[in-house]
Amino acid sequence: MREGEPLIEWDWIVRNGDLIIGRLVQHIGLTLIAVGVGLAISFALALLVYRRRSLYPPLTGIAATLYTIPSIALFAVLTPITGFGSILTAEIALVGYTLLILLRNIVSGLDGVPADVREAASAMGYSRWQQLWRVELPIALPLIIAGVRVATVTTVGLVTVAAVIGQGGLGQLILSGLRSFFATPTYVGAFLSLALAFAFDFALIKLQRLLTPWAAGRLRNS
Amino acid sequence: MGGRATPELMNELIAWITEPAHWTGSDGIPIRLIEHLQLSGASVLVALLIAVPLGAYVGHTGRLTLFAVTIANIGRAMPTLALLVIFLPFILRAGLGLGFWPTFLPLVLLGIPPILVNTYVGIAEVDTDVQESARGVGMSEMQILRRVELPLAVPAISAGIRTASVQVIATATLGALVASGGLGRYVIDGIALQDNARLIVGAVLIALFALGVDRILGIVETRLAPPGAVAGQLSQGAAPSNP
Repeated sequence: MREGEPLIEWDWIVRNGDLIIGRLVQHIGLTLIAVGVGLAISFALALLVYRRRSLYPPLTGIAATLYTIPSIALFAVLTPITGFGSILTAEIALVGYTLLILLRNIVSGLDGVPADVREAASAMGYSRWQQLWRVELPIALPLIIAGVRVATVTTVGLVTVAAVIGQGGLGQLILSGLRSFFATPTYVGAFLSLALAFAFDFALIKLQRLLTPWAAGRLRNS
Repeated sequence: MGGRATPELMNELIAWITEPAHWTGSDGIPIRLIEHLQLSGASVLVALLIAVPLGAYVGHTGRLTLFAVTIANIGRAMPTLALLVIFLPFILRAGLGLGFWPTFLPLVLLGIPPILVNTYVGIAEVDTDVQESARGVGMSEMQILRRVELPLAVPAISAGIRTASVQVIATATLGALVASGGLGRYVIDGIALQDNARLIVGAVLIALFALGVDRILGIVETRLAPPGAVAGQLSQGAAPSNP
C-alpha cells in the first residue's frame, strides 16, 4: 500500500511461515470448537423439539434474532463481560451463529422421515429412542451434514471478525496488515481463510458420502 | 478491559447515553446513524441494480448458471473482513482515499450474491406451464420476463434484498477500520480507547438497527408478494449450493 511496494512480498511469507501456520491452526481450532459446541447444543434443542413440538417456533425465533445481530456487535457487547482477547468472548458469539442453521436442518431432517418408515420401525418393535437413533437419524443425516457445511463455512468467515476483539486466527493477519498499511499479511490471511472454507466444505461432502452411501445421487447437496 | 462489576458498568452506560454532547455534532448518535443508513442504503441499491438484471438473465435463459452458483459460493465463503481489506491497496492507488470508497465498493460486492441467487432461483422456479401459457398467448420473451416471471419472483428477490441488507449493515460497521463513518466508529473507537460505555452503546445501536431493518423488510416482503406467490419461501439459507 506504500508507494511502489509490490502487492505481495513473497519473502515476508517465507520469513513468517511459523506465524502464518500458527494463525491457521488457531483459526481451525476456533472453527471446530464453535461448530462442535453448536452442534451439541442444537442437537439437544432438536431432541427437545422432538419431544415437545410447540417449542420449535420460539426456539427458532430466538436463534434467528441472534443470527441477525451483526457479529462485531455481539463480540463488542461480550468484551467487557468476558474480557478482551479471551477465547470465551469469541466462542459465545460464534456458537450462537451456528444455532439457527443447525437446529433448522436437524429438525427438518427428522421431519423428512417418511411416515411409513416410522410405522415399519415401530411395528418391528423399536422403542421411540431406538427408532430415533437407528432409523430416523441416519435418514436425516444428509440434511444434518448439509447444515453443518453451511454453519462451518459461515463460521470460518466470522472467525476473522473476532480479530477486532483480539482473537480471530487468520483475521489477525488481515487486521495487522491493515493497521501497518502492509498488504502481504492481509492477502495471506484472506486467501488462507477462503481456502480453509472450501477445504472444510469439501471434507464434509466427502464425509457425507462416506456416512450415507445410500444417498449418493439421490440427495444432491441440498 | 477485564470483567467488571455490572452496576458500575450500568452507571457508565447511563452517563454516556444521557450526555448531551453524544447526541450532537459529527460524532453524535444521529449523524452516525444517518451515515450508516446512507452507506448501507447506497450499497444495497447499487448491488440491486447489478444483481437483478444479471439474475433475471441467468434465470430466464438458463445460461451462465455455473457462473451465478460460483459467485454465490465464493460470496458465502469470503470473510467480510477480508473483502473489506483486499481492495484497499487498489482504491488507495486509484487516489480515492480512505473512508467512503474503501467501504462502499466491498459492500456492493457483498450485497450482490444473495440478490443474484434469489433472483435467479426465483425466476428459474417459475412453473414451465406458466411460461408456456404466456408464450401461447403471444407474449415475447421480454414480456414473459417482465410481466410474468419477475412478478412471480418478487418474494424471492425481496428475501434476497433482506439478507443482503442485514449483511451490508453488519459489515458497514467494520468500515470504521478503514476510517469510514457510521455506528461502527463507536465500536472501533471504543476498543481503541478502552471505553466500554462507547463500545456497548455502539454495539447495541448496531444490533437494534440490523434487527429493525430486518423486521421492516420482512413486512415489506409479505406486502409485495403478488397473489399466488408465497412470501418468505426463500428467506435465509435457500441459496443453492454446489451443483
